Amino acid sequence: MADTPLIELIDIKKQFGPVIALNGVSVSVLPGECHCLLGDNGAGKSTFIKTMAGVHRPTSGEIRMNGQKVEFANPRDAMASGVATVYQDLAMIPLMSVTRNFWMGREPRKGWGPFQFLDMEKANRITLEEMRRMGINLRESDQAVGTLSGGERQTVAIARAVYFGAKVLILDEPTSALGVRQTANVLATIDRVRKTGVGIIFITHNVRHAMAVGDRFTVLNRGKTLGTARKGELKPEELQDMMAGGAELAELSGSLGGTI
Amino acid sequence: MVEQPSGAVAADERIQRQSALRRAFVRPELGAMTGTVLVFIYFAIVAGGTGMFAADGVMNWGVVSAQFVIIAVGACLLMIAGEFDLSVGSMIGFAGIVIALLSVHLGWPMWASIIAAFIVAMLIGMANGYLVIKTGLPSFIVTLASLYILRGLTIYFAIATTRQTIIGGVREAAAGDWLAQLFGGKIFGFFFTWLADMGWIATFQAGNKAGQPVVDGIPMLMVWAVALVIFAHILLTRTRFGNWIYAAGGDARAARYVGVPVDRVKIAMFVFSAFCATVFATCQVMEFGSAAADRGLLKEFEAIIAVVIGGALLTGGYGSVIGAALGALIFGVVQQGLFFAGVESSLFRVFLGVILLLAVILNTYIRRLITGER
Repeated sequence: MADTPLIELIDIKKQFGPVIALNGVSVSVLPGECHCLLGDNGAGKSTFIKTMAGVHRPTSGEIRMNGQKVEFANPRDAMASGVATVYQDLAMIPLMSVTRNFWMGREPRKGWGPFQFLDMEKANRITLEEMRRMGINLRESDQAVGTLSGGERQTVAIARAVYFGAKVLILDEPTSALGVRQTANVLATIDRVRKTGVGIIFITHNVRHAMAVGDRFTVLNRGKTLGTARKGELKPEELQDMMAGGAELAELSGSLGGTI
Repeated sequence: MVEQPSGAVAADERIQRQSALRRAFVRPELGAMTGTVLVFIYFAIVAGGTGMFAADGVMNWGVVSAQFVIIAVGACLLMIAGEFDLSVGSMIGFAGIVIALLSVHLGWPMWASIIAAFIVAMLIGMANGYLVIKTGLPSFIVTLASLYILRGLTIYFAIATTRQTIIGGVREAAAGDWLAQLFGGKIFGFFFTWLADMGWIATFQAGNKAGQPVVDGIPMLMVWAVALVIFAHILLTRTRFGNWIYAAGGDARAARYVGVPVDRVKIAMFVFSAFCATVFATCQVMEFGSAAADRGLLKEFEAIIAVVIGGALLTGGYGSVIGAALGALIFGVVQQGLFFAGVESSLFRVFLGVILLLAVILNTYIRRLITGER
């Protein structure tokens, strides 16, 4: 593990009119690291990743990639710098084939001048290869994404991001809508991608999913970083408490007889 | 987590579901293909002896179908991109009047009038698209407004300048014009003369055309229809831009997130829809030798119906140009076929309503198959 973070966000603040969505959030991710970003609904996770992905521009604070200060004007900019985001529900278009989804926006072409046509042969071949690498054997790459399970869709999106040169991969609650087995598949995919040296920012509010693959954990609450911990420094219960803001939840989970 | 042999997990999960039949079924064109075959079988039986399938009969429904095809192609790409254009019919009337006014009333050369009509119509198409994108309103409403605005302006301009809603004299103005030939001419005349000489197609028996074949060439309208279908089909299925059309209609936000210029794609499709309407208008004006302010009435709906029969989803993201063309063919064959078969022509509308309903139900079902919705 190298010491220079792939991406480093320092004291990010973001205001929407009178609303302070982020009030000083700092997160960094090293190559091959999975950094889990935890927080309850409304903690500012979405705003934060959208800032990282170039959708929002921070009101103040600094973004550095490989130690260099950068500014993302739009998502395309961020993508060009190697920051790719996989959104929970917006990753794929169900009516389109796996191949067409995989290459969407970056379709391979052959030919010259005005006669440049899709290179479907190459597109299909690479899609099948990349999916196999992620542990999914597609029978054929022209089947619609709608026929895939939720976990497989996330995997296609992750494979796509990695293939197109993502160095930092932001995963927005990739497991929140999935069943147990599919969740396990997606977590395995995350592990596989991490081993290739890609830095992963894994957003979730499920502590167990985070514990399964995370190297470091940062908890957001009310637009602020509550703190960052390494693997093994915190117990799941402690993380859970930090996310929910402590006392009340402890009381609640006590009355329910266990960790939520 | 138990480690499973790689590959085994994913492979068996998926194979079970799709039977060969179901896979054949899940094609946008399938309904239209079946419909086309059924329609031809039906009319071969009820109207086989009426001359519907003789050369002039074929030309009769062929021309009508080609008209539907031209506007259906534009509507098809636009619908796949997730939008509607209800101003197509008004655009047809408008473009026709622009050509006639410029050429007959103002004395412009015909080629310049035609080019001007294309430019104006496509600018209006662009304005439609721009408004839809910028306001975020449904294209249904925005283009409904253009439907009324354009129709009103068409009648107003026609009356304000010539005091009538029909402007004649276009044929005379177009005589010898190179560009007019591209819309009003006919090709392969020699071929039909040859066919008649060989006795394979009928000739006129009396009148000043006696001895000439009943069909004297392929009208440019049909050439345009075929060319537009080929162009749009290749654009949609074989190019990068085609993938963006699907993506823009399938899920505009998801497409934007991966860098597809959704706004540009949608506006371009509005422009293309206007282009197709103007091709239709120009061919019609050249054929009739006149322009009328009420031309193109209801064409927007007929185009949309043809596209839906062709298997496209009203919600966008799915459909086929070939399907839309077949939908238009069904449209044309039935409309003219009922006439050949001697059926009361008002029943055509009944047929249309019924087939539209069936097509939408079938499409919704196919959509469920693809997306796995229940």
